[in-house]
Amino acid sequence: MMNIPPGSSPPDPRTPQEPATSPEPPTSPEPPAPPDAPAIRAEGVTVVRGARPVLHALDFAVPRGQITGLLGPSGCGKSTLMRAVVGTQAKVTGTLTVLGRPAGSAELRSRIGYVTQDPSVYADLTVRQNLDYFSAVLQPGRAAASRRRDDVARVITEVDLTSHADVLAGKLSGGQLSRVSLAVALLGTPELLVLDEPTVGLDPVLRRDLWNLFHAIAARGATLLVSSHVMDEAERCHRLLLMREGEILADDSPDALRTHTGAATVEGAFLHLVDQADATATAAGADTNVDTNADTRRRSPR
Amino acid sequence: MNAARTLATAARVLRQLRHDPRSIALMLLVPCVMLVLLRYVFDGSAGTFDAIGASLLGIFPLITMFLVTSIATLRERTSGTLERLLAMPLGKADLIGGYALAFGALAVIQSVLATTLALWGLGLDVIGSAWLLLLVALLDALLGTALGLFVSAFAASEFQAVQFMPAVIFPQLLLCGLFTARDRMQPLLEAISNVLPMSYAVDGMNEVLRHTDLTTTYVRDVLIVAGCAFLVLGLGAATLRRRTA
Repeated sequence: MMNIPPGSSPPDPRTPQEPATSPEPPTSPEPPAPPDAPAIRAEGVTVVRGARPVLHALDFAVPRGQITGLLGPSGCGKSTLMRAVVGTQAKVTGTLTVLGRPAGSAELRSRIGYVTQDPSVYADLTVRQNLDYFSAVLQPGRAAASRRRDDVARVITEVDLTSHADVLAGKLSGGQLSRVSLAVALLGTPELLVLDEPTVGLDPVLRRDLWNLFHAIAARGATLLVSSHVMDEAERCHRLLLMREGEILADDSPDALRTHTGAATVEGAFLHLVDQADATATAAGADTNVDTNADTRRRSPR
Repeated sequence: MNAARTLATAARVLRQLRHDPRSIALMLLVPCVMLVLLRYVFDGSAGTFDAIGASLLGIFPLITMFLVTSIATLRERTSGTLERLLAMPLGKADLIGGYALAFGALAVIQSVLATTLALWGLGLDVIGSAWLLLLVALLDALLGTALGLFVSAFAASEFQAVQFMPAVIFPQLLLCGLFTARDRMQPLLEAISNVLPMSYAVDGMNEVLRHTDLTTTYVRDVLIVAGCAFLVLGLGAATLRRRTA
């Protein structure tokens, strides 16, 4: 069962670990030293949906204790990849190891926090009732009651919803609702957090606060895999996986990516890599090109 | 299966319902109002009310629980909470057990209200014990929960889920012996009615209506309804997939 590590006092998102004066930064944060075994290792991971492959033989590793950003345009397979990691995606082939276990193992279910793209909470329960229930699923039994209470209070503070704790989730705004969904994933202090577009629809202040929270969580030793299609969030990650049409274009740190492509921003780097990939595809022949276009036209995640 | 997680799920489902008092009122009061209506429709022939009233005491919980469960589980599927729960350490049996417990509790209240009203308020003439009526009603509710859960896997929207009600319930209603005794039906229809669980629910109610003590037919009927409920619950569990496309 999960334990809240003693002395891991909940960091308040409004008292960030980074100095508050360092503003939105293209200064990428200092990554903590990665331990040997990666949190996620993928070897030839392919996902087929219907007859169509959505992920094409991906190889990558996500280091522990860091924030890895999963970036790419919508429909490129980010959500599918995240669902494969948490073990809710069907038809995954290849080797996908998460926290040393095959992805989807029953034992992993209490060690991973997962936030889906759409807020998945009960609209007809209050924020606290939602968290109470999910907390009881993670740490069942009367013996854990006081631990659950503390845990719920902690995550409500972490996502800054203390003033709305007893409001029905259905009455919250979109941004507040997605923070409730995030709070559920933070319950039980998971070792790996898989967050599918957690900052979508949030105002800049909240987005900054949440990224500060993510960094605080990573500083505690947890691993975060965060997807986004907003490139400026990339600068806040320790590492980046750039995706496009079910392939990984780059797997690097934001700094290295910029240096490597000679671009000023990650967005510039991404566009450079896309152009490069397109040029290669065109050179490879018209067949591939037709295929790629068909992929883009279709709608994706879920 | 973990008892604490099952109970937590049941408590959560009831807590959701508590925020929706109108639904609770509809679930509890509509059967009572229908019974009152029926009583005065057959004002002249007390015998008809006895026969139909007893059967309906078994049918109401089945229909209500079917509707409530199919919509509730469908919402769980479409809101993404099901995916979240199945990515967490929750057993499928915990989820289904939780729903069955919560709606079962509600069904007990509904059945107690309807049975009390029918026996003592409307003068339904039942020879057997009211407890035996209640047992059938409860098992019917469980069967309704199971059917609703199972059917919700095949509905993509609330709109479709509601359409499953006539598709799944009405044929049983027509063939269960409520309108014509089953042994007087066309043989093919009788054969079909023999494999539909509601027929046994109504049979069971009629046994209590006509006999002072526990009959073997009643025991058979109860076992068949319970067996069907658990079978369909199992099928429902099989439709919950941790991994989806």
